Amino acid sequence: MNNALRYLFFAGPVRFLVLLVLGLNVRRRDKLPVDGPAIIVANHNSHLDTLTLLSLMPLSSLHKVRPVAALDYFMRNKWLAWFATRIIGILPVDRSGGSNPLAKSKAALAEGSVLVLYPEGTRGEPEKLAEFKRGVALLVKENSGVPVVPVLMHGLGKALPKGTRLIVPFICDIFIGDPVPWKGDTKVFMSDLRGAIEALAAEAHFPAWE
Amino acid sequence: MIERIADYLEVPVDVMAAVASVYVILAAASLIVLALGRERQPELAARVKSWWVMVTVFAVAVFINQAVSAVFLAFISYLALKEFFSMIPSRRIDRLAVFAAYLSIPVQYWFAYTAQFGLFSVFIPVWMFLLLPTIMALGGETGGYLKSVGTLSWGLMMTVFTLSHMAYLLFSGDTANVVAGGAGLLFFLVFLTQFNDVAQFTWGKLFGKRKITPTVSPKKTWEGFIGGLVTTIVLAMFIGPWLTPMDWQWSAVAGAIIATAGFLGDIAESAVKRDMGVKDAGALIPGHGGILDRIDSLTFAAPAFTHFFRYFFYP
Repeated sequence: MNNALRYLFFAGPVRFLVLLVLGLNVRRRDKLPVDGPAIIVANHNSHLDTLTLLSLMPLSSLHKVRPVAALDYFMRNKWLAWFATRIIGILPVDRSGGSNPLAKSKAALAEGSVLVLYPEGTRGEPEKLAEFKRGVALLVKENSGVPVVPVLMHGLGKALPKGTRLIVPFICDIFIGDPVPWKGDTKVFMSDLRGAIEALAAEAHFPAWE
Repeated sequence: MIERIADYLEVPVDVMAAVASVYVILAAASLIVLALGRERQPELAARVKSWWVMVTVFAVAVFINQAVSAVFLAFISYLALKEFFSMIPSRRIDRLAVFAAYLSIPVQYWFAYTAQFGLFSVFIPVWMFLLLPTIMALGGETGGYLKSVGTLSWGLMMTVFTLSHMAYLLFSGDTANVVAGGAGLLFFLVFLTQFNDVAQFTWGKLFGKRKITPTVSPKKTWEGFIGGLVTTIVLAMFIGPWLTPMDWQWSAVAGAIIATAGFLGDIAESAVKRDMGVKDAGALIPGHGGILDRIDSLTFAAPAFTHFFRYFFYP
């Protein structure tokens, strides 16, 4: 029942919104991992980011994809919590430092999930890349065989930036890069990861957005 | 057979035959690609393949049912406007104005669908022209105001107002064109515009030497333009009397207008792309680029032909 709702949601309204209303320009879609264990690392500007990434997945791998999201934000009321965990399929993590957020992600990877991580931590300033948090490196350190695929998204922060509810259509660019290898050092990995996403951003000339 | 299908679809039989001949041209193009070798000409192969898709989508959507055609043509404007807004620099504060610009599409196409020429002609150039700067002024941000008003209004005119003339022709043309109706007029306009694009490109490739606008569109040459112009005029003289109430002389004039306006629309779009520093406006159509790259010539040719034809031939 719940899975059916989830498929219907992604097959119907999400694809309608993402493909018809917004429109995507995806580069190297074949590099997107559809089977776990794998980690997708993307920049984060909009609530549409997760919907869009999930819409790129074949419906058959939908159940494997777990966007890692803040427990305090998405579990703040019953309905949102139901929607976030049952329809979107988020992996809620506690960012206040209670339970260990890494343990949950590790367990999900062990089950063969595709984790979606936003190392900026929050949506932040529209269309600007904020400081990366180290959590992703700590996770990769303990799961060093798992491919970490960088993804750059542009345009969704214009279509639905933080603080608004009105979706204004813009075409969205999604560039997928080669997996970022773990070289044994957290700092090196973080700078490689950031470098990979910045290199994707440099592929196109994005118009100014003030 | 073709008459029975035409009758069933309520499409003038001449238009059916015209669409059928486009498929003959496409088949010939595909044979040429096969002869040249698909691997050696991947760009050309992708382009021809996309033509098959575009012709089919256009023919099915436009000639099957009136309401479907209205929605389809409005959707083309929507795609073009979205591509334009995604290409230009914009201000976050103007999201509401951008949203209002999108909302004008169904309204404009409703006026085209119901053939209300007065409202169709003034809705965007007058009412939207006043509404957009109003919303943006009320937004309260003056830095970059004039530039934003200018780019948004221009984009709306270029993608919605100009292209909606296709719908106006289709829905108002039946009374003016007893020969083949609004569908015949639309076919005449769109086919000749697209044909002219290909003809100018081909003549330019074969004989192009003298550049017309080296800084805007370096591949455009006098040889290409004039070759395309003459070819389009000749073709117009043949199909005009068959699809429209124009005799061969009027059809030649119409062909010249379409070819020239198409060329000018093309370089106007090229100037915008160069200004924005992009090669293509989008990546929607393999081998062609974005939708704006395919319909740039129509943005000028559609209003130019419509107003020419309306002035001389509407009752």
